[in-house]
Amino acid sequence: MMTLKKRRRIQIIVLAFAALGVATVLIGYALQDGINYFRSPTQVTEAPPPSSEKFRIGGLVSENSLRTIGDASVTFSVTDGNATVPVIYVGMLPDLFEEGQGMIGLGSFVDGTFLATEILAKHDENYMPAEVIDALEAQGVYQGGRQDPNQSEDTKNGAGNDS
Amino acid sequence: MIPEIGQFALTLALMTAVVQGILPIWGAARNNAVWMRSATSTAFLQCILIAIAFGALMRSFVVSDFTVLNVVENSHSLKPMLFKVAGTWGSHEGSLLLWTLILAAFGAAVALLGQNIPTSLKARTLSVQAWISIGFLSFMLFTSNPFDRIFPAPLDGNDLNPLLQDVGLAMHPPLLYIGYVGFSIVFSFAVAALIEGRVDPAWARWVRPWTLAAWVALTGGIALGSWWAYYELGWGGWWFWDPVENVSFMPWLLGTALLHSAVVTEKRGAFKSWTILLAILTFSLSLLGTFIVRSGLLTSVHAFAVDPERGIYILGLLVVSIGGSLTLYAIRAPKMDPGGLFAPVSREGGLLINNLLLALATATVLFGTLYPLFLEAVTGDKISVGPPFFNASFIPIMLPLVIVMGVGPFLSWKRADLPGVFDRLKWVMAITLIAALVVWYVQTKGPALAVLSMAIAVWLLLATLREWSLRIKLGQVGFGESLDRLRRVPRSSHGMTLAHAGLAVCMFGFIGSSAWKSEEVLFVEPGTQIEIAGFDVTFEGTERVQGPNYVAAVGVLRVSRNGREVTVLRPERRTYPVAQSQTTEAAIRSTPAGDLYASITEPANQDMDGKWTLRILYEPLVGLVWLGSLMLVLGGLTSLTDRRLRVGTPKRKTAVAPLPIVGE
Repeated sequence: MMTLKKRRRIQIIVLAFAALGVATVLIGYALQDGINYFRSPTQVTEAPPPSSEKFRIGGLVSENSLRTIGDASVTFSVTDGNATVPVIYVGMLPDLFEEGQGMIGLGSFVDGTFLATEILAKHDENYMPAEVIDALEAQGVYQGGRQDPNQSEDTKNGAGNDS
Repeated sequence: MIPEIGQFALTLALMTAVVQGILPIWGAARNNAVWMRSATSTAFLQCILIAIAFGALMRSFVVSDFTVLNVVENSHSLKPMLFKVAGTWGSHEGSLLLWTLILAAFGAAVALLGQNIPTSLKARTLSVQAWISIGFLSFMLFTSNPFDRIFPAPLDGNDLNPLLQDVGLAMHPPLLYIGYVGFSIVFSFAVAALIEGRVDPAWARWVRPWTLAAWVALTGGIALGSWWAYYELGWGGWWFWDPVENVSFMPWLLGTALLHSAVVTEKRGAFKSWTILLAILTFSLSLLGTFIVRSGLLTSVHAFAVDPERGIYILGLLVVSIGGSLTLYAIRAPKMDPGGLFAPVSREGGLLINNLLLALATATVLFGTLYPLFLEAVTGDKISVGPPFFNASFIPIMLPLVIVMGVGPFLSWKRADLPGVFDRLKWVMAITLIAALVVWYVQTKGPALAVLSMAIAVWLLLATLREWSLRIKLGQVGFGESLDRLRRVPRSSHGMTLAHAGLAVCMFGFIGSSAWKSEEVLFVEPGTQIEIAGFDVTFEGTERVQGPNYVAAVGVLRVSRNGREVTVLRPERRTYPVAQSQTTEAAIRSTPAGDLYASITEPANQDMDGKWTLRILYEPLVGLVWLGSLMLVLGGLTSLTDRRLRVGTPKRKTAVAPLPIVGE
């Protein structure tokens, strides 16, 4: 004969497992569109992902590639030294975004152009996103993220990168 | 000289911690009262020594002693004094020192305030606390010494990351750490109870104020951090499901569960082993958070160092502390008496659901945070888990929790009368339904989930207020008597009402600002006009302003509504020459109805000369996020002042047999 105590304990265990089951289903469901793969420009060029997929791309912003289009978009190219992918972005570029610097963008690849919905740059001048370092190292072009400290300050204040 | 004193004090603190880690617990095993009592003095001594070390480091920052490497890397002679002081904990080494200081301070606080705790439990608790101390002090001395010197000394420092030079953020780490580390004392109490083999309602009552204090600080710390992200990062968001946010959020979720399960242990002697497990897991998640943030395993603003030696050391610390405590738990827990019985519909049942859902929510956040690490280790694929994941997994778990939260306080212990509860809630249900329809009618845009969530938040707020008014019999008896009842209701109930209502208020803010916000991003030249959420905004150009260690371009945005001038927004774009970086200072016009939020960045290159990028948002109800957080904090504080919970007050009753672990 099962005591009430034992029955209550079994009920709680069953409830816990049911909850775990619900959580597993939720996580599985959420994983379908909640995760984004990282691809380097080389990978994107070699095997373009379907335009419906949201993924992250990372590399260096090509020199002299930053332009504006229309009344809100900017365009630039991202490179890992081997392949270069054009990017279009509507929005505000982050504080440490600069030509020649590392960046990561989230978006999709449509007709040969990466349409970014979000752009991340380095968080500070000493730091380069690990994915970007790996992508650059894969192409053998990584030379460290930090700029030459002798470069004068006037390239930084307001007018942006004048390279 | 001063840095050497700091270094010396730190070494002495480590030795004191070793003594504190061995002597009292040994004394408790041999029933030697003198050895047990030594814990009090060693806990004080250790705290004083670490405070000396912390003071020494702070002095080096204040006087800009550039012979100390840490100061060179994180300070600058021109920096405002507040940020020089805050720079003490702005770096990896300094923040660890702060961590350890708070750890030792909690030990000393228990030694000082816990005078009614039995000597043996107190001795064991302080010894366990010292073990954690040993781990962190040795970690600091061997791998990240804050007092390392540099020769030759440079003329000036590298400056603290300008993003971090902010009042909100200067306060955010100490508060967050008090929360994180505050759970250490709960952990120590739990491990001590496991060693002692005794968990009873009195134990739960001793632990509760510490849990509450840690929870209050963690809530405040998280809220400050998200407030900082809101006005400093210039994105207009307050929560990004960033790994670093998640690691502070997980101990909060589990800590909240712990707070509620400890109530059951205290009042009914049930959930004992579960409370102990939660205490262990909550602190384990705090440790994991420290590990993830400090090791640079997950990339974020907070990753100070990517240093394998440190990583392996912390990993070792984690394995020993989490593995050790869980092993001890596995050995001892089965012997614990499950305690009082209860019907499925009862206060206990409600709190069980609370715990179950909070634990599940924590599990989904943990999964989302660690899955990228796991996947990269196994398959090499680099992925990131974004907000869509958390929205799809976390929100469906939390919404039922909030529904139950409305009913929970109405339920009585052991067996509750559900029809009676619904009878008392019928008006609340009716008003909630009407509110939902009104929201649905007014807000045509935005997802349906937002309307549902809004209704649930209204439900929680009204049900909480209803419970409170029933408690003081508002309207049923004379106003004077209600007032009298108001005074006599335990403060912990007022605290609960305030905190639960605070969550409802937070939810209004969460929903309004995420589901119904308007946003415009565009290039602007002087004279450009924009219309957003009924406001007419004119960009009039920029002005140059010189700050203490930066120069700023200040945009001037004239805002009017229906032809009447409302305000002038002045978002700034600051350039810090020393740190060679720039920050965005958003301009915000806050009203209870919503915030108008503007930020600008300069032209990205020369062919965009004169064209600034303007980002302007209208976020309805966003201010309620902070108001609700404040209510949560105040609720916790109110509860903390409850006479029954006052630290050290409760005595273990000898007449009523405690509920010891059977078989000990």
